[in-house]
Amino acid sequence: MTNDVLLQFSDITMQFGGVTALSEVTIDIRRGEILGLIGPNGAGKTTCFNVMTGVYKPTKGTVRFDGQDIVPLKRYEITLAGIARTFQNIRLFGNMTALENVMVGADARKASSVGGALLRTPRQRAEDKESRDRAMELLTFMGIADRAGDAARNLPYGYQRRLEIARALGTEPKLLCLDEPAAGFNPAEKQELNELILKIREQGYTVLLIEHDMSVVMNVSDRVAVLDFGRKIAEGLPADVRANPDVIAAYLGVPDAS
Amino acid sequence: MNPVVRSLRQVGASLAGAKAGLSARWHAMGPSQRLSAYVLGVLALYLAPWWTEIPLLGSIVDTPGTQFTTVLSDRVIIFVLVALGLNVVVGLAGLLDLGYVGFYAVGAYTTAILTSSHASLPWLIALPISIVVSMVFGVILGAPTLRLRGDYLAIVTLGFGEIIRLSAKNAEWLGGSRGINDIKHPPSIGPLKFGVVDPKPYYWLGLTMVFVVMFLLHRLENSRVGRAWVAIREDEDAAELMGVDTFRFKLWAFAIGAAVGGLAGVQYAGKVGFINPDNFPLLLSILFLAAVVLGGSGNMHGAILGGILVSYLPERLRNFQDKRVFVFGVALVLVMVFRPEGLLPKRVGAKKAVAAPGEGGSQ
Repeated sequence: MTNDVLLQFSDITMQFGGVTALSEVTIDIRRGEILGLIGPNGAGKTTCFNVMTGVYKPTKGTVRFDGQDIVPLKRYEITLAGIARTFQNIRLFGNMTALENVMVGADARKASSVGGALLRTPRQRAEDKESRDRAMELLTFMGIADRAGDAARNLPYGYQRRLEIARALGTEPKLLCLDEPAAGFNPAEKQELNELILKIREQGYTVLLIEHDMSVVMNVSDRVAVLDFGRKIAEGLPADVRANPDVIAAYLGVPDAS
Repeated sequence: MNPVVRSLRQVGASLAGAKAGLSARWHAMGPSQRLSAYVLGVLALYLAPWWTEIPLLGSIVDTPGTQFTTVLSDRVIIFVLVALGLNVVVGLAGLLDLGYVGFYAVGAYTTAILTSSHASLPWLIALPISIVVSMVFGVILGAPTLRLRGDYLAIVTLGFGEIIRLSAKNAEWLGGSRGINDIKHPPSIGPLKFGVVDPKPYYWLGLTMVFVVMFLLHRLENSRVGRAWVAIREDEDAAELMGVDTFRFKLWAFAIGAAVGGLAGVQYAGKVGFINPDNFPLLLSILFLAAVVLGGSGNMHGAILGGILVSYLPERLRNFQDKRVFVFGVALVLVMVFRPEGLLPKRVGAKKAVAAPGEGGSQ
């Protein structure tokens, strides 16, 4: 693993009216690592995601991705720059098949448009086939290819979660952001997810993982950053973070009487 | 009411049964049999003007008061074209457009101006120009408004339809309320005489347009463009975060929808030879939308069926005289109660899974 920084999240402050969701948060994500982002409910984890992916524009601070300032970019341009994400509440294209869902992601880097489609140019057909093949490959990689032709809304929950990841990978990201991918999973499914995340990293992707579930975060993350009330209170190796008194206080509360 | 509901359910069930039987038979056919079934079906459609001559069928389909072929050429074909275009905007991209009649009017008026005493160009030259002008209007309406969503977009488009109609009404060079009356007909080819007496050639021309439009829209639907549209309909934010340039594709949906709507206008103007602003009332926008929703929003064949029913039924029900609009309304409500997704909703994933390599090869 190199120490080369892929995403630089510097001094980000995010205010909504009078509410400060993030306060001068700085996080670096290194190329090739799995960074876990944890914190109690309402700590600002998803807000971080939304700033990185362009859903919100930060009140203050800069986000540099791969050397480029991405704050002024449109959302789809940020995706093309190489950041893809999943959603905490599954947001698939319910009335499209699983395969088509991933194809939408894979289409992002294609150039052919209306003219190509109307004339069925060789290029358009080649690109379409590329998207289709890539989508099928990703469904196989995620282990859900057997339901490729089913509408996304008819898939079981675990399949839907994995389809979201496949769709995000379809956009060929450098950084994959997973927003609570283990939500609603039982221990066996969590174990599978752990393996999947490690497998994704092996493929060369950098992963940012938001998770509540400590078993997932602590087992797969190379480093962990902790948010509490919109501030970063700790960052480091999982074992160190787990032992950090501030983190324990944030999660368990400070005892009254001692 | 109860027996009525029960008998309707039975009709519905038997229709569903018939459909299942048909589709089973369809799947059992070999490619050459399917091709001949297609050819026969298409042939039957081109021969529709003579359906009224067939003993039993004739008495069922014939329209009282108006010649059946005229209903086909002046209403049904127009509505089917419009429904195909509006289905792109509403059904695929999920953009609620309540002013679609505006594009239809732009197409009709452009043809009217170009072929009447203003410019006296032939209809065949007016055709492509009118389509392009309609597209441009689609972009003009879309560019500033497509940042709006849902209800807000609906209100703006509603205004657009009215603006077009009122502009035509108040522009003297567009004939004001009198309209334009010396619009040229399409050129006659051999025995096909496009005149005022025989509506059959217009029907055939319109039907051909329908097939061409279906062919092109089918290509779009099964491409990156179509996937982007449906993704936008399903979840616009998620689509954008998956790299879809949502604005661009919404604008394309508007432009292509407008082009098809404009084409319908061209066909209409060339047939009737006379248009005025009253031909393009708000009610028409609503009927167009009803056609798409009734037939099955998002499914091309559903939209076609909806277009046929919405244009044909009021003519067929003329015997009810004053009550026909009521009967038509009740029929619409019943359909929406029993088939909330339309008569032919889009089936997702019902087809055999995945990536048949030869898909689309039949084109």
